[in-house]
Amino acid sequence: MADNKNIIYGLYNDEEDLLRAVKEANVDHLEIMDVYTPFPVHGLDPLLGLSESRLHIAGFVYGLIGFLTAFGGMTWIFTKDWPIIFGGKPHWAVPAFIPITFELTVLFASIGMVLTFYIINGLGPGVVNPTIDLRITDDKFCIAFDKAEVDSSKVESFLRKSGASEIHSKTI
Amino acid sequence: MSSHVSPIREPLIQGNKSYHDITVDLVSPTERPPSPAWIVGIIISITLFAFGLFCIGWTVWNGIGTWNLNRTIGWGWDITNFVWWIGIGHAGTLISAILLLFRQKWRTGVNRAAEAMTIFAVMCAALFPGIHVGRAWVVFYFFPYPNTRGPLWPNFNSPLLWDLFAISTYFTVSLLFWYAGLVPDFATVRDRAKGIRRKIYNILSFGWTGSAKHWQRWESLCLILAGIATPLVLSVHTIVSFDFATSVIPGWHTTIFPPYFVAGAIFSGFAMVLTLMIITRKLFNLQDYITIAHVESMNKVILVTGTIVGVAYLTELFIAWYSGYVYEQFAFFNRAAGPYWWSYFGMMFCNVISPQIFWKKKYRRSIAVTFFVSIVINIGMWFERFVIIATTLARDYLPSSWSYYSPTWVEMGIFAGTIGLFFTLYLLFARVAPVVAIAEVKSILKSSGNQYVGPDAHKHSHSKSAHESTPVINHDTAVTNDLSVASGIATGTAASATKSDAKVGSTTAIDDLTKIEGIGPKISEILQNGGINTFAQLAGTNPADIKNMLDAAGSRFQTHDPGTWPEQAALARDGKWDELNDLQDRLDGGKYV
Repeated sequence: MADNKNIIYGLYNDEEDLLRAVKEANVDHLEIMDVYTPFPVHGLDPLLGLSESRLHIAGFVYGLIGFLTAFGGMTWIFTKDWPIIFGGKPHWAVPAFIPITFELTVLFASIGMVLTFYIINGLGPGVVNPTIDLRITDDKFCIAFDKAEVDSSKVESFLRKSGASEIHSKTI
Repeated sequence: MSSHVSPIREPLIQGNKSYHDITVDLVSPTERPPSPAWIVGIIISITLFAFGLFCIGWTVWNGIGTWNLNRTIGWGWDITNFVWWIGIGHAGTLISAILLLFRQKWRTGVNRAAEAMTIFAVMCAALFPGIHVGRAWVVFYFFPYPNTRGPLWPNFNSPLLWDLFAISTYFTVSLLFWYAGLVPDFATVRDRAKGIRRKIYNILSFGWTGSAKHWQRWESLCLILAGIATPLVLSVHTIVSFDFATSVIPGWHTTIFPPYFVAGAIFSGFAMVLTLMIITRKLFNLQDYITIAHVESMNKVILVTGTIVGVAYLTELFIAWYSGYVYEQFAFFNRAAGPYWWSYFGMMFCNVISPQIFWKKKYRRSIAVTFFVSIVINIGMWFERFVIIATTLARDYLPSSWSYYSPTWVEMGIFAGTIGLFFTLYLLFARVAPVVAIAEVKSILKSSGNQYVGPDAHKHSHSKSAHESTPVINHDTAVTNDLSVASGIATGTAASATKSDAKVGSTTAIDDLTKIEGIGPKISEILQNGGINTFAQLAGTNPADIKNMLDAAGSRFQTHDPGTWPEQAALARDGKWDELNDLQDRLDGGKYV
C-alpha cells in the first residue's frame, strides 16, 4: 500500500446493529470507507451502494471459451489434423464429443472465475492486507471511515449514537 | 437479517452459541496439541499407506502380472476400488453444491469435511486407472498434448478418455470450491494465531479481510460454482457408468446405468460422510455443530438413494428376463446363483435391506445404529462394483475361458493403501483446517441456533445480553481516541436490550422458570398466570396438572411434555445448578431421549 490511511472505525456486536448503523450513516451522509464482517451479511450491499457482482458474466465467458476450445479442438483434430475412423463412426462424431465439451466448459468456467475472484479482490498466497481489527474474522462487525474523507468528530458522534460497542482510530 | 423460520424447525446449532463461541469451538481443534486418538489414527493410516506404496512399487517393478487378472478378467479389484472411491467422492460436492442450491441449511455443518473427503476420495480413485494400465510411467499419454509421435491424439470418442476429463475436472473444481470456502476460515484461524502459525495461515488465507465487496463476490462465486458443479457431479458418475454401458458385454450394456450409478454414488458417499462425521464430531467435540438433526437428514438421503439403488437392481433383473436375450439372462442368473453369489447377496443385503431400518425415526436419530449401518453400506457398495465387474468378466461368452477371480496380496495391499492414504489426508486436514465451515455456520446462527429456533428458543438469551455490555477498552495502536466511550456503551446496551427478550427475573419473588429445559418465555407466562412463580412451587406441582394448564392455554402448547419439569425445578430450588446442568445435558427439549 502506497500511502498510509488514517481510519476511524466502530465495532458492532451484531449484524442487525450494523445494518441499522449503516442506514443511519447514509442518512447522515457519512461516506463509509468499507464494512468488514465475519460472514456475509445479507441486505448490506444495497445499503452500501454496491452493484451486483459481474463475476457470473465472467464465468459465462470463460465457460464459452472452454466450450469452443473443447469442441473446436476435437473437431480440428479428428477432421483435419489426424482423421481416424473409430468403430465406423464419422470423423465428426458430434454426440461423442458432448461429454468432453461439457467437462471442459465447466473446468474453464470454474478456474477462470476463481482466478478472477482472487485477482479482482487482490487476494492470493503471500498477500498481506492490513488488519483493521483481529476480531473482525471472529465476532465483530466493523464500519470503517477514512479520516481524509470525513469529519472525524462527526463520525465519532455517529458511531456513539448508532450503538457501536467500541470506537478506535488507527493508521493502516 | 434472519428470515422467518418455522418455530418447529429443529435447531442446527446446539449449545446456545454466540459468534465468538463458534470461532473458539471450531478453531480450537487446530490449536491444541493432537489427541492420543488422533496420533494412533495417523500412525495406523500412514502404516497402511506405506504398505500400499510398497505394493504399488511391486506392481510397477514386476508388472501387472502380480495381479490375478487374465485374458478375460481385465478388470478386478483395481477398477472395483476405482469406482468405489469415485462414488464416495460424490457426497461432498453434492452436499456443498446441490444442497446450496436447494438452500438446505444443514449443509453448513458438514460441507467442509464432506468436500475434503471428496477430494481425498478422488485422489485415491485416480490412482487405480493410473497404475492398472501397466506402464504407469507413460500414463501422461492419456492427455491430448502436442507430441512428437505425430502428433498422435487420444481417442476422444472413448468413454475411458471421457472419464479422464470428467475426473480431472471434478477434482479441480471440487478443490477450487473447497478452498474458496476455506479462505475466510483460514483468516479466522490466522487472526487468533501468533508467530509462525500466523505467517502460515496468512499465506493460506490469501490476505482475506472480510470486506463487504469481497463477501459479495465470494457469495456470487460460491453460488455459480455450485450451479455448475451440480451437473458436474451428475456427469462424473454418468461417465464412469459409460465405461461399462457403452461396451457390448451382457450385464454392462444397459441404459439404466447412468442414473443407477449416480444414485449409488450419492448413497455410498453419504454413508462415508456419516462414518467420518460420527468419528469427527466425537474426536473434536463438535456435537453442537454436527447434530442429530444433521445425522437424521443424511439418513433420509441414504434411505431414498438406497431404495433407488434397490429399484435399479430389480429393474435390471426384470429387463434381463423381459429382453428374452439369453446372454443377458445368463449374466444375471450367474450373478445371483453363480460362483460369486455371496457378493450378490452381500450387495442386496447391505444396500437394499439394511438402509430400510431408517424408516423408523428412532434409528435415524441413533448414532450407534447410523454408524453401524453406514459401514455396512460402505461394504455393500464395494460388493456392488465387485459384482458388476468380476462376475461379468469371469463368465464371458466363451465357457473355455471361464475362471474364478480372486485378488493377490498385491491388489489387496493397494486397496488397503488407499484407505490409509484417505485417512492420513483426512486426519491431517482435520488438524490444520476448521472441519466445520466457520463463516457459514455463523451466517445461519440466527435462523438455526437453538436459542432462536426450536423448543428452547429464547431460553438463555437474556444471559447473553450481559456479555454485550463488556466495557470498551480502546487498546489499539497508533492514534488512540480519548472520547468518552461510556455513552457509546449505554446506547449499545439499550439497542441490544430491545433485541433480546427481557424477561422476568428482576423481582425476587419470581424465579426465572425458563431455566427449566422445555420452558420458554410463553410457557413461563402461562405458569405464572396459573400461580406458579417459583421453582419450589413448580417442584411441588404434579406434571398432569401442568399439562392441563398447557392444554387450556391453547393447542400450540399441547406438544410440550412437562414430565421432567418438577424434577428439574426441585434441583433449581435447592440450588443444585451443576446437577441441573447434567440433567439437562441428558434431556432433549426437556424430555428423556
